[in-house]
Amino acid sequence: MPELKFDKDKCAKCKSVNCLTMCQYMKLDKEQAKMEWQKIIKGEYSFVLESCATCYACEEYCPQGNHPFYLLVERQEQMDKLASPRALIKQWVNMTEFSGKFMVGQVKERAISFCFIPRLQQIANGKLFEDVASSWVMGAEFFCNAVFLHFSRMSVIQNRLPKVIDNISKQGIKELICLHDECWATYNSIAPAYGIEVPFKTTHYFEYLHNELVKNKRSIKLLNLKVAYQRNCSTRLIPQVDHWVDDIFKLIGVTRLEREYDKKNALCCGALMFSSKGYDLGTDLQKRNIDDMVKSGAEYCVFNCPACWDPLAEKVAKRGVKPIHMIDLCKMAIGEKPALEVKI
Amino acid sequence: MDSKYTEQIHRCFRCGWCKFTSDYRDLNCPAYKRFRFDTYSTSGRLWLIRSWLNEEIKWSERLSEILYTCTACKNCVEQCPMGFAPDIVDWIVQARADVVESGQIPARVSRFFESVYGYGNPFKLLRSERGAWADGVKRYEHSDEYLLYIGCLGSYDENAQKMSKSLVDLLNKAGVSFGILGNDEECCGNEVYTLGEEGLFQMLTEKNIRQFKELGVKNIVTLSPHAFNIMKNTYPIYGADFRVYHYTQLLNEMAEKKRLPQKKKKVKVTYHDPCFLGRYNRIYEEPRKLLKSILDLDIVEMPRNRKDAFCCGGGSGNFATDLLAGSEDSPSRVRVREAHKTGASILAVACPGCMVMLKDAIKAENLEDKLTVMDVSQLMLESSI
Amino acid sequence: MSGIYESLVKIVGEDFVSNQQEELYFYGRDPGVMPPHKPDYVVMPKNTEEVQQVVKLANKEKIPIVPKGGGLALTGLVIPLKGGIVMDMKRMDKILEVNAKNRYVVVEGGVSQGILKAFLDQNYPDLRHSVPEAPPITTIAANAVIHGQGRLSQQYGFNSDMVNGFEVVLPTGEICKIGSCSVSPYWFSKGPPMPDLSGLFLGWLGTTGIITKIGLKLYPKKRLIDVEVFVTDTEDIIPDVVYKITHTELIEDIGVWSQPKPRMFSGNFHLNIFFTGDTEEELELKRKIIYHALQEYIDSKDGGFMQVPSDLKAAFLANPQKTMSNFADLRKGGGFEYSGPIIPVELYPQFVKKVQELGTKYRVIQNASGRVIQQGHCMMFSFAFTFNRADHDELDRVRKALHEAAEFGSEKGALLWKPTLYEQKMMIDRMDPNTRNLMKKVKNLLDPNGIMNPGNWEV
Repeated sequence: MPELKFDKDKCAKCKSVNCLTMCQYMKLDKEQAKMEWQKIIKGEYSFVLESCATCYACEEYCPQGNHPFYLLVERQEQMDKLASPRALIKQWVNMTEFSGKFMVGQVKERAISFCFIPRLQQIANGKLFEDVASSWVMGAEFFCNAVFLHFSRMSVIQNRLPKVIDNISKQGIKELICLHDECWATYNSIAPAYGIEVPFKTTHYFEYLHNELVKNKRSIKLLNLKVAYQRNCSTRLIPQVDHWVDDIFKLIGVTRLEREYDKKNALCCGALMFSSKGYDLGTDLQKRNIDDMVKSGAEYCVFNCPACWDPLAEKVAKRGVKPIHMIDLCKMAIGEKPALEVKI
Repeated sequence: MDSKYTEQIHRCFRCGWCKFTSDYRDLNCPAYKRFRFDTYSTSGRLWLIRSWLNEEIKWSERLSEILYTCTACKNCVEQCPMGFAPDIVDWIVQARADVVESGQIPARVSRFFESVYGYGNPFKLLRSERGAWADGVKRYEHSDEYLLYIGCLGSYDENAQKMSKSLVDLLNKAGVSFGILGNDEECCGNEVYTLGEEGLFQMLTEKNIRQFKELGVKNIVTLSPHAFNIMKNTYPIYGADFRVYHYTQLLNEMAEKKRLPQKKKKVKVTYHDPCFLGRYNRIYEEPRKLLKSILDLDIVEMPRNRKDAFCCGGGSGNFATDLLAGSEDSPSRVRVREAHKTGASILAVACPGCMVMLKDAIKAENLEDKLTVMDVSQLMLESSI
Repeated sequence: MSGIYESLVKIVGEDFVSNQQEELYFYGRDPGVMPPHKPDYVVMPKNTEEVQQVVKLANKEKIPIVPKGGGLALTGLVIPLKGGIVMDMKRMDKILEVNAKNRYVVVEGGVSQGILKAFLDQNYPDLRHSVPEAPPITTIAANAVIHGQGRLSQQYGFNSDMVNGFEVVLPTGEICKIGSCSVSPYWFSKGPPMPDLSGLFLGWLGTTGIITKIGLKLYPKKRLIDVEVFVTDTEDIIPDVVYKITHTELIEDIGVWSQPKPRMFSGNFHLNIFFTGDTEEELELKRKIIYHALQEYIDSKDGGFMQVPSDLKAAFLANPQKTMSNFADLRKGGGFEYSGPIIPVELYPQFVKKVQELGTKYRVIQNASGRVIQQGHCMMFSFAFTFNRADHDELDRVRKALHEAAEFGSEKGALLWKPTLYEQKMMIDRMDPNTRNLMKKVKNLLDPNGIMNPGNWEV
């Protein structure tokens, strides 16, 4: 079983304890944070284990790159202090089990991964994808499994990820274009944190879209839109890709509005909050986020992750802000119709 | 056709979803509506075929009536919740093929086959009369862009001939390059196929494909959705390599290219979706687009429209064999009553089979001064500038 | 029997009588596992007078008569055990009256659930009736006669509790009105404040008369509906969960279910909690109250609300749920049947364990579900097993599983819903002897010649 590369000395020397002091769901001062974090390192009980909302943000906040969130998830599992109800963990484990069915297109060395999200197949079409459209993989056999960070099941990731990487390699893939942000985060944050080798190149779909837009520059008609960007959980694991959002927006004439709940202070979509914490936290989260979007004057809310669509898109639309996925936004810029729409 | 149906037909749960429309507002199986015994619904038919295969019941006139009153409208395929739903009509066709092999088909169906075999049409009318309606209409030549395939009804039936003529006029007005086969045209075989005469169907198909290839045909446009369906979906299995269109698709293209200028009429029209255009091939909007281009008012839809359209009762050769006639619950009569209730004065069709069935039904319902059946091409021609 | 056919033709017309092998075959069986038995005739009357004449003829000639709606009880209730006449009621398909202000509808005895639902949706969009999770061809009258359940049963009881009266043809041929309609032009009560004679017909499985018209209560239909699905891996908490949810008095329907396939559902127990509202605010307030009612389970991780994918939500919200019929084809064999014990909710954990045990013992695919009736006063549980109709060994195993399920249910104090013959016998054997005798007296009084669906409720 791959092991986490965690250096407890880095935490011992840490002056900021940002992982916990910056947490949006728990209020801890530096002393409390230091104390609770040491308990977790030692494998002792801390209320933090149960209060954690699994938003992934502490991975970004840690100035040492010491993977506090991954450690926390391991401890939750070891100490049976689960972030989510047991039945829902079971449901997800069952749902994503390897089935022995390899859902693939005409796979070449360069291929798209739809992860386990059929919605991505719905969205990723048109001119921007015509070179790669037929070369794809999808399904449990190619599923990143990062979602188990929400379910206190790092062991599932540790177990399955090497097999998934092997499945991808065996298809002859040398470059995997990850249409799911969380997939890219898996190969570029979780895998190295566990010393798991990724023998193929991974391209984030932001980078892919940017390059395709540059290729199709003549077809771009500037959108002149003001948008709120919905920064989801997995981008916390890979903050280095955030600049692509701005780069893409610049190409297509979109302004990323400054608002309270973006960048380091982003709020997640709240989908799993309802399951893991209940109605009040999930609702409050979503309300603050959408109020903020409305206040900022956003015409659109741009989604990175298709999994955020179900919990948020309709709610956003009802407040007069049009929901759109990043891929659809780029398609719109070259005159193509968005695939995902909300009808109110 | 393979006989997989014998291994699958036990899967029908006789749950009865197949009897209805999508929203259960009405019964939507033409044979069940006509006869009302559960045996005449799809589930009855499938269970009885199975009992016949298992020798629990003997072949009989009643069983043959049950088997052949299915018009193959595919409402059951549309509504059945089970994984095998797409195969249901195929099973019935395969069972019919077995019945044909055993030589036990009803007399009217037998006469249908004999007529098609001997005369190239189900009406026992002379081949030399097939092109008689088409005086002056250009015969197909290699240089023509489209072969206009008329079909048996459009060639021989008085009312359907009017459709053929109006379509020809419209295509000429739009400057389309086309020709017909006239007396050389052979039956398309769609009804022969659904009635289970595999040998005759193969013969017709091979003959047609050979003829079209020899003539250098690349594109076919059909008057009838029945011909459209069989040529588009089944002929390729036998080596056909033509692009096939129904005339509403081609007219739509012409209208979009502004080659068919129209003036608008103020008349209330309702449109009847033919099964072989609608449920079989999912073509619901092109005919409506054409109608909207000539109407000042919106189309008034019958409650049962598009995938829920109620079959006129003419499928599976019933426009000739008439096995569903004889009652106010005969499907065509039910349908014209439904059309009349919309307040429309015109019932628009896009199929010569529907034309024939619904026109007769209007007479039977004494609605002649209230409702007129017109084909989409006739309406377009009337409105053309 | 000679002359019977001709007499039937005179009554209903030649087109609507059959003594042909095809109808005798099809109407002599149902989609379940009970053995078939052919009738001698199948008739389809169009109105009450034709029903009456057929019944009088049957009485005179002492021929059994079995009224039939959709035939989808699955427990063999309309298989003519002693031959005779099967009367297919579905030509009597008129909706006779809707009294919107007083919220009731009167329909003929063969009107189907689907037709009534569609009619109300189109013409009275703020009224609804309790639609069962059965294919839409099932009839209102038959569903009431077997004490069926529907989407409103959690709120208002069995579908038979929602009956407002009926017109019935007695086995001796009289046409009788039951309820307020026997005294008043209004159909607002099936009995109270008078002696409630509806009890002579509801639940009797067609053995005491043929319902030719039925009045049904209608209920408010809100504009919006939603469903939350609560999931737990512990069946033992379910009675408490039901108690807490029903305490809110805000729920439309609660369906509890578990099944081993598809994989994502394996090993868990699910509660579909349906709620309605006329505004988003109303819906959201109810959602909040539902969550709060079960917060302790979320906190203890014993259960939580799953994210429901949009296609699954659409399937749940459909009423009736078409996807339920798919269970019949899981074995690619077109069949399922269920034993439906009505139980106190507290017995749910034992019953669901039993279903799993039976599935393993008899190597059959099982599905356990339960519908909460009237705020948790009881639950309609179901031991469902699917089978391949072409596999006789599997059919046999399913029969045994169902039999054992029924025995278990009976021993635990359950009442067996729409009971098969052997289930009827189980209940009769356990019945208080005076109650049993009363049933016998009622039957003999109403049906002295024993012509009505004989073999059923035989004491």
